[in-house]
Amino acid sequence: MGFLGRKGRSAQNAKDRLQLVLVHDRTDITPAVLDELKDDLLAVISQHIEIDPGAVRIDIARDGRSQRLVADIPLRSSTTRRRTG
Amino acid sequence: MTAKIITITSGKGGVGKTTAVANIAVALAAEGQKVVCIDADIGLRNLDVVMGLENRIVYDVVDIVEGRCRLRQAMIRDKKYTELFLIPAAQTRDKNALSPSDMIRLGDELRSECDWVIIDSPAGIERGFRNAIAAADQVLVITNPEVSAVRDADRVIGLLEAEEKGSPALILNRINPTLVKRNDMLSPEDVLDLLAIELIGVVPEDEKVVIATNRGTPIAADGKSQAGQAFRNIALRLKGEQVPFLEIDDQSGFWGRLSKLGGR
Repeated sequence: MGFLGRKGRSAQNAKDRLQLVLVHDRTDITPAVLDELKDDLLAVISQHIEIDPGAVRIDIARDGRSQRLVADIPLRSSTTRRRTG
Repeated sequence: MTAKIITITSGKGGVGKTTAVANIAVALAAEGQKVVCIDADIGLRNLDVVMGLENRIVYDVVDIVEGRCRLRQAMIRDKKYTELFLIPAAQTRDKNALSPSDMIRLGDELRSECDWVIIDSPAGIERGFRNAIAAADQVLVITNPEVSAVRDADRVIGLLEAEEKGSPALILNRINPTLVKRNDMLSPEDVLDLLAIELIGVVPEDEKVVIATNRGTPIAADGKSQAGQAFRNIALRLKGEQVPFLEIDDQSGFWGRLSKLGGR
């Protein structure tokens, strides 16, 4: 990747870009909105349980013609919590 | 007769809507079906030249709707197929000369006249598009294996879903097997994965389409061309027949794999 004019493999490039664009077209959720949502979610969850903000992933996944919001939020184990807390 | 009304649309311009309408219509006519095509691209009349009927136009679709002629007076009979007709677009009017309810009324009137009504939609997602889909029983979305065309197709599919027009079927036009094989063109599988709708046809890029359009004789009438065969296959699938997808380049197994996609 990255070689302009290089032959081969540009189809994957097209597919990857389209995957992102279509998700945003279909849902009207921009990356900025998603970031904002992530910050809000983290703030709320952190009030109740301890999480590692750096490991949290919020994405929109495609499932046929529908989209779902997928949040992967690893919890800190209780031993880690005791140490840190 | 109770015609089925099919609209072909795309969002993006230049992907082959008009060519597909002309060819599917010719293919259905060659099967002995009575077909009426409507050019719904008001102000940008084109289906007449692709079908080679531009010299026979007297009345157009707006004349019918505004009562200046009877339906049959505006139906131009094809040169080769006696059961194939064209209702041309008005050239000197704009898209506001028609409304969706006009199109529904016209469609209802045509239902008893023929087996198939095939409507050529303008590009875009505005009034002209709304007119073109208003009467449709089934919508076919046509696209090319390129990012812009696929993106626009997705947008149109979303709008059709919102209109509760039922699930549209996809025609993938201008596939170049050489480019697909070296991974420099989205494959039919890629496009289907992205758009997630039913596939009804894959049409290879074929210079004979250009030649046929120059002459005003749609390629589906040409027994040897691959694109013509692809359009004939779409016509058969519309009729409900199970037709395997074309195997244009079987060495990679790629076109063979396509046949499996048809079943979903």
